[in-house]
This record gives sequence, C-alpha cells and structure tokens, in this order.
Amino acid sequence: MQLTSKGIRKFVNDQRRVGVFFVLPSLTVFSIFVFLPLVVTVIFSFFSIDLMGGNFKFTGLDNYAKLIGDSRFWNSLGNTFYYTFVSVPLQIILALLVTLAIERKTVFNAMLKSVYFLPAICSMTIISIIWTFILDNDIGILNYYLRQIGINAVAWLKEPAWAMPTVILVGVWKTFGFNMVIFLAGLQGIPIVYYEAAQIDGAGNIKQFFKITLPMLMPTLGFVAITSVINSFQVFDQVFVMTRGGPLFKTETTVQYVYSRAFEAYELGYASSIAEALFLIILICSIVMLKSLRKSEESF
Amino acid sequence: MQNSIALKQKLRLKQKDKIISLLIKLVLVCIAIVTIYPFVWMFFTSFKLESDVVKFPPTILPSKFVLKAYVDIWKKIPFISYYKNSIIFASGVTIISLLFDSMSGYSFARLKFKGKNILFVAVLCTLMIPFHVTMIPLFVEITRMGLLNSYAGLIIPRASNAFGIFMMRQFFITLPKDLEEAARIDGCNEFKIYRSIMLPLCKPALISLGIFHFMYNWNDLLYPMLLTTTNEMRPIPAGLALFMGAHVIEYALLMAGACLALAPIIIAYVFAQRYFIRGIAMTGLKG
Repeated sequence: MQLTSKGIRKFVNDQRRVGVFFVLPSLTVFSIFVFLPLVVTVIFSFFSIDLMGGNFKFTGLDNYAKLIGDSRFWNSLGNTFYYTFVSVPLQIILALLVTLAIERKTVFNAMLKSVYFLPAICSMTIISIIWTFILDNDIGILNYYLRQIGINAVAWLKEPAWAMPTVILVGVWKTFGFNMVIFLAGLQGIPIVYYEAAQIDGAGNIKQFFKITLPMLMPTLGFVAITSVINSFQVFDQVFVMTRGGPLFKTETTVQYVYSRAFEAYELGYASSIAEALFLIILICSIVMLKSLRKSEESF
Repeated sequence: MQNSIALKQKLRLKQKDKIISLLIKLVLVCIAIVTIYPFVWMFFTSFKLESDVVKFPPTILPSKFVLKAYVDIWKKIPFISYYKNSIIFASGVTIISLLFDSMSGYSFARLKFKGKNILFVAVLCTLMIPFHVTMIPLFVEITRMGLLNSYAGLIIPRASNAFGIFMMRQFFITLPKDLEEAARIDGCNEFKIYRSIMLPLCKPALISLGIFHFMYNWNDLLYPMLLTTTNEMRPIPAGLALFMGAHVIEYALLMAGACLALAPIIIAYVFAQRYFIRGIAMTGLKG
C-alpha cells in the first residue's frame, strides 16, 4: 500500500511520465483511426475485397490498371478539378472584395459581417436541401422571379451544362463568409503605420492595396487558397444531396465516386485505389501550392 | 479664381467618392439579401401546407400559417431519433475531445518528455490526411469491432482532433512560465497544475473549440452516414439527406426539419457570435 501510493506520488510529480500520459489518449485514437486506416487503404488497393472485409484476393496492380481505363473515374476527376478551380478563385475573390469593403469597424459593417458568416456555420446538407427547392424548375421561387423579369430560366440542377456551375455557386455562397472572417483577422495584423507612411508619401488607395495590403495578406491568402483547394477536392455533401452525381454524371466528383464504388457497389479494394489516386493528387497540389507560396513571399 | 476652381474640383471629387461608397453599400446589402433569403424562405415555407408550397405563383409568405409540418415530422419520419442521435453524437464528441485535446495541447506546450517533437509533428500530419483516404478501412474496423451503428462507433474515432490539440497548444504556450513554477514549489503535482491552474485559464479557448467541435459534428454528413446503417441511428443531416433521396418530396416537412436542424447552431451563433468567429479566425492564423 505504502509502496503503491509512493509510486503514484512519484508518477504525478514526474513531468516526463505525465507528459506522455497526457498525450496517450489522443495518440491512441489517431493511431487506430487515422494512421492505421491510412496504411490499410494502400494495402486494400492491391486486393479485391467485398463489403464486410471478407473474401480477400490479392490482385497486385489490377485495381490501378482498371483505374486507368475507367472513364467514370476520369470523368469524376475532371468534375472535381472543374469544381475546385472555378469555385476556389470565386470564393477567394468575393471574400477579399467583401473584406476590403467592410473592413472599417462600423455598426453597419458588423451587421453585414454577421450575415455573411451565417451560411458558414450551417450544415452543407441542410443548405443543399434548401437550395434544391429554391432552384427547382417547377415550384422553385428563383425561376419564378427570373421569369417575372423576362429571363428564360433553366432547370438548374437537371440541365447537364448548368448542374456543375449551380453546385459551384451554392458552394461559393456557403463558403465566402468563412474566408472573409479569416481575411479580416489577417487585415487586423497589418500595422497601421504602413498606411500612414503611404499616405504621407501620397500613395492612393489602389497603390496602397497592391503595395501594402496584398503583400502583407499573402500568407493568409496562401493559407486560405491551399485549404480551400484541399477541401474542394473532397467535395461531397452538396453533390450528394443536390444531384447525386447527375445529370449524366456531370457532377459526380471523385469522393462521390469512391463512396458509390465502396458502399453502393461494395468494391472496397477498387474504391481504395480511387481514394489513393485522389490523395496523391491532393498531396501534389498542396506541395506545389506551398512551394509557389514560399517563392512569392520571398519575392516581396 | 484659381482657388475656387480647385475647390470645386475637390468638392466634385468628394461627391464622386460619396456616390461610389453608396454604390458599394448597395452591392453589400444586395449580397446580404442573397445570403439571408434562403433562410427566410425556409422559415416561412415550414409553416405552409403542402398544397400551399406547390401553388402557382409561389409566394414567400404562407397564405395561412399552420404548424402541420412541425406536427407531421415526428410522425412521418423518425425525426425524434435523428435529433437525439445528433445531440448524443455531437455532444459526446465535443466533451471527450475537449478533454483529450486540452490534455495533449497542454502536454505539448508545457511539459518536457522524450519524443515530444516527433509526436507533435505526427499529430499535425493528421491534419493533412483527407477523410476519404481513411474512410474505407475505418468502416471495416468499426464493423469488425462490432461498433457499427452504435454511439460508441460514432464517437470514439472522433475522440480527439489534431486541430483542437494545435489550438490548445497555441493557447497554453502563451501563458507565463512562473505559473507552474510557483505551483511546483508549493508542492502541486502535475495533474493538479493542469486541472486547477491551467484549465480554468483557458476557458475562452475551450468554449471556442467546444463550439467548433459541436458544430462540425452536428453538421457532418459523410462520416455518420457511413457508420450508421439503420434509420433510427442516423443523425439529422444523414437522415434528412437519405429521406430526401428516397421519397416523394414533402417540401414543408423537409423545411420544418431544416429549421429544427439549424436552430441550435443559429441560436448559439446569435448569442455567442464572437466565440464562433474566434474559433474560425484562429484556424486562419496558423498559416
């Protein structure tokens, strides 16, 4: 008894042991539910597996060979790129313009900020359900308004050419407020003396923006760009709710395709190889963006 | 003469500035209307009769305010289960994750132990791993553990979060070193320092992080959808999304569901906006 309580006392006063003890729960969770699955996905991608993880059959590179010839995979990848490289610039530009416009601290601007941020805290699923109805061709209120002002409206989510742009716009509508908040925090970090100095030198608003605001905001901008690209590559919720990948697979993104191969067609092995391919692309894109961000920071 | 022309020009310039700033304000208000409109539309539609929803021409206000959708939703879909599941899942993850994140964050910030740096890098690495790469083995694991379609299966994989650890570490690192030195001299053990001195100091950070965890899990779709197999175990987003895909759509009913799903988050946002914004702004500052 004496000994154990001594042991405990020794333990609770030992920084090194307590330090490890404190990180143990988190690291256990990460090991089992993040790192192990990360490795297992790679292994799965070399197997043919049916749903409950039974019936393993080693097939080597077969899944990857199949992937290269799978036009549905390439289509989903194309859609994912389309989504990412249209929606991310739109999200960032809109957020940046709004940030600059409401930067000054007034009651009016604070109210606008609260409103713009509102969609960012809401569930993308619920938002998508609401927009699906608003955009409906027959009973949707948007097309009713458009027809009132003489615009011949399309069936936004059912027209192959319009479905993806519509999904993108809903994404931008939801996300720009999120980016705005980050930009506002970034702007606050710029020392006001720079602007005072610029004013004394007679630099106008536009010059101040390009010579002070933009370069100083570059790290924040780069961070937002990289995280937005990573998130957009994984777009799922709005597509799943609004179009289920349709019409004619025009909005099927890669994560949607992984989901449908794994949990609707029960091909876990093949789905793992698709997931790996997308992961690799995300990794390469992030590295390239990080490198170019470093370079642009050095050049300023 | 010369002077008055210059003055006039200056005045005209000022007028131009005023018009521009007015135009900008107009655009900003238009964006605000577009932002808020879907919420207003959802709110009013939830008080309509189904026949009122599909009538032509559509109107934003119901012709008669009825609570039919709010009565029907509990009967026609297992919405009470969805709600209960969302509350258990989101608050379960929030409580456990706050404990584990703050413990790890504290340890990484203030305690010295072997392998600390490598372990911290490993934690940060999990931030770079997209969910879709781990989801298939995760599903198999949870199934094999017999936790599929259970609260434990939903909560345990989310019991700690790298972003939370990072945020707590950044917070703990700013506290002055004398705090724990003094406590140690007074004979406090390491647990007591964490529990009685450090934790009370980081209440604001814990609230922001708690809101972030709750919101993230309350709103999430793919993860809870994978790990639940019956309608009775699904949280709200998964339940409503699958309901919408599988049935003849009842619009007023779904809008009532949407209202009830968004209500806790929006109400919390109205009363504690700064905590929401602080949490998000902090994610940006780590860049």
